[in-house]
Amino acid sequence: MSAIGKSLKRLEDKPLLLGQGRFAADYQFDRQLIMRVVRSPVAFGRILSIDAEDARAMPGVVAIWTAADVADIPLIDFRMTRIKGLEPYRQPVLARDYVRYVGEPVALVFAEDVYQAEDAADLVFCDIDEGVVHLDATAPPVEFMPETLPGVLSEPAVITKAYGELDQAFAKASHVVELEVAVGRHTGVPMETRGALAVHDPNTGVLTMYGAAKVPHYNRDAIGRMLGLEKGAIELSEGHVGGGFGIRGELYPEDVLVCAAALRLGRPVKWIEDRREHLLAANHSRDQVHRLRAAVDDRGFVLGLEDEFFTDQGAYVRTHGGTVSDLAAALLPGPYLIPAYRVNGHIRLTNKTPSGTYRAPGRYESTFARERLMDVIAHRLGLDAVEVRRVNLIPEDRMPYDRKIDALGTEVVYDAGKYHDLLDKTLAHVGYDQLRAEAADRRSKGEHVGIGVALFIEKSGLGPRDLVRARLLKDGSIEIITGVASIGQGVETIVAQICAEVLSVEIEQICVVHGQTSRIEVGLGAFASRVTVMTGSAAQIASRALRDKILAAAATLLRKDSAEDLTLVDGMVRLRDSNTTLQLREIADQTPDIIEAEGWFHADHMNYPYGVHVAKVHVDDQTWGVKIERYVVGYEVGRAINPVLVHGQIAGAAVQGIGGALLEEFVYDESGQPLATSFADYLMPTSNETCQIEMFLREDCPSPQNPLGVRGAGEGGLTAVGAAIGAAVDDALQSPGLVDCLPIGPSKLHAMVHQYSRNRD
Amino acid sequence: MTDKVNIALRVNGKSYAIAVEPRRSLADALREDCGLTGTHLGCEHGVCGACTVLVDGKPVRACLMFAVQVGETEVRTVEGLAKGEVLHPLQKQFWENHGLQCGFCTPGFLMLAAGALEADPDISDDELREVLSSNLCRCTGYQNIIKAVKLAAAEMRK
Ligand code: FES
Ligand code: FES
Repeated sequence: MSAIGKSLKRLEDKPLLLGQGRFAADYQFDRQLIMRVVRSPVAFGRILSIDAEDARAMPGVVAIWTAADVADIPLIDFRMTRIKGLEPYRQPVLARDYVRYVGEPVALVFAEDVYQAEDAADLVFCDIDEGVVHLDATAPPVEFMPETLPGVLSEPAVITKAYGELDQAFAKASHVVELEVAVGRHTGVPMETRGALAVHDPNTGVLTMYGAAKVPHYNRDAIGRMLGLEKGAIELSEGHVGGGFGIRGELYPEDVLVCAAALRLGRPVKWIEDRREHLLAANHSRDQVHRLRAAVDDRGFVLGLEDEFFTDQGAYVRTHGGTVSDLAAALLPGPYLIPAYRVNGHIRLTNKTPSGTYRAPGRYESTFARERLMDVIAHRLGLDAVEVRRVNLIPEDRMPYDRKIDALGTEVVYDAGKYHDLLDKTLAHVGYDQLRAEAADRRSKGEHVGIGVALFIEKSGLGPRDLVRARLLKDGSIEIITGVASIGQGVETIVAQICAEVLSVEIEQICVVHGQTSRIEVGLGAFASRVTVMTGSAAQIASRALRDKILAAAATLLRKDSAEDLTLVDGMVRLRDSNTTLQLREIADQTPDIIEAEGWFHADHMNYPYGVHVAKVHVDDQTWGVKIERYVVGYEVGRAINPVLVHGQIAGAAVQGIGGALLEEFVYDESGQPLATSFADYLMPTSNETCQIEMFLREDCPSPQNPLGVRGAGEGGLTAVGAAIGAAVDDALQSPGLVDCLPIGPSKLHAMVHQYSRNRD
Repeated sequence: MTDKVNIALRVNGKSYAIAVEPRRSLADALREDCGLTGTHLGCEHGVCGACTVLVDGKPVRACLMFAVQVGETEVRTVEGLAKGEVLHPLQKQFWENHGLQCGFCTPGFLMLAAGALEADPDISDDELREVLSSNLCRCTGYQNIIKAVKLAAAEMRK
């Protein structure tokens, strides 16, 4: 029986369809207290005092905490960074001396019920001596906290990467092309807000936090360290999670605070974020400005590329450290040869919400920058935009291709790739020439219609390792335990399909346990499109080991010396060339020990999926709205475990990319007040702003880095959306290089068009 | 604000005698007082539609309605959609067409679509897309949701 490659229905769907999901807010415990966070109303200033007397007197209020009550809890550490010198910029769980952004936690109210907690929180008054806010990441650095950390500036680090002879490249160049582009502040905005419920069991001494997501094992260890808990005294448990997209499940102040409160107040403590809080307090992302300079020859070949970019990291450096900047710097060259390269990525702090990752972190931004550059080069040299890309693409015979730089501390070596092939096939699939001719025809009749093409490299399967345990239960079903997390992407089904393929059982016979630190000691979680690659490979290895043990046990039961003549078929063991069979249930039942096995998968290197996005847009020159008429994603997935799930990932990601290109932005006024604090202001695509996302999924280039040959598919639907739409809008308005920033809502586009024609005159 | 009012909420054909503050939202009453957590809260300000339930057959945002406003009407939530083990055509088509990923928005979409299809079984594709644009989904990119609802509509017309 073969399960891999089939579009099977998901195992996880039934409870979700019946309303039986267990999301963070759905947990209830007897005697639980509600935690409400009081947040800074101003963007920057020195905390003078916090008056909580009136709040304390409110009905139902049990306790109120300020920084003094949690002074022993250290700053929140990094999970992912190798960059030195970031320590002073970590965030405290409650603001100590300064507040640095609107929404920073300054106090906590604990009350019997949500309404009481909110009433009381409204009465907590923070007296803050406001300072001068700093909101421009491209402006010279200023002091971070002038009085308490004198001399510490708002530029924690500059990431530098380089290879090749850049000066020679510029000396040889027949053209130098310069470009500045910017991508605005967006973030994941999962539909479920963050939430956590911490329960301390006085009998076992174990503190359990429900509502975990993304990286439960890491967060367990980090919270344990911060609260001084012994190993084994804290567990994290994941229920259903309403979307992740990079941001949900990072270790935030509130996660630590509910745990501290459950310990210290001796009651279960629950915190469920409201949407305004979410938009103010959960990680933002993107927000980069790139200044590119390219040395180009007459064919449009990029001899050398230099980039100076600025990441607006917001008020503190959170768990990711410099990850986003690091990835932007490492993957900016993308699928192109670019023999010489130098980048300086400035990480700059401002008085905005701190930043972290959002699906395709660093790549959405750098792909926009690089692909816009390719378009501008083509225009300057009077060449075709796709031709310029062909000239620059890394040819197949150069694979594997060592970039000679690192990303997240591992060398960037493109594992395999047929870039020209995918480009040609995708363009043939969409009927590119015809598409362009039709657009030109409609333009000649006065419509603004254009086509844009953008290429990208993704990365997936971040190591270093993953562990999966598999066991045969007494009822004949299979239990798979993994430390990975589910954020809605279909982990259970994918892992079950891989296991079912090996064991020849139906996926319904497999139960996948994930996100429970009490069930398995190792787990790296769900991020960086790593689950199918890492956990999937480990699951395959574990399943094979389990199969061998099942066959060995069956051999014993059948009094055979070896398992050689036994096979697993259709959920039972069969003796070759005979009618003798044994059900898995019988084997489990008659074998004294539990039959179980484990599988480790190690990976030193990531693999690099790649793709091509093609957008066709229509711009209304009255409203300046951009309508996407067609959107195609060509994507090399290596091997699709479940094609419908891959499509789902790509479509969802593409629509998020459309949001980032046309709608979504966190805007601040000059005093640092955020203007997008509700869904009325932070606009995400609805079914009206999207079109059918067409998929051109390829399995032409399996990754040699893992036994399944898979490449992750979580992010590639998003990576090049901004670039493709930007190019399409340029084409529609016949204004090369017009779109140099995202998002381009109607009023912004209108202003850009006017500025553009003024510059041209 | 703390004086509670006794009300009887009729949900999915069952009566719940509860005491709520007048300011308590229908969503909170359903979730906390009736224990029906299938109705989700994604924004609490009427935009996302995750909290959509049917009140006398009409889709409403349960976060924007007070429990005390419901009165004698019949509330239907996602928990009442399946008939025992038999899934509603919408649930079935969402499952078969990968109309959900994290599933957080799903109850709201199911109730929104159920209300729309019951009110107009012959609803056109354009109207359907328009109706479905009232709710937000961050995972699916909507296309499988639209597909599932269209197929369910066809199935329900049979
Ligand atoms: S929670 Fe009611 S509309 Fe969002
Ligand atoms: S399935 Fe996740 S928000 Fe819709």
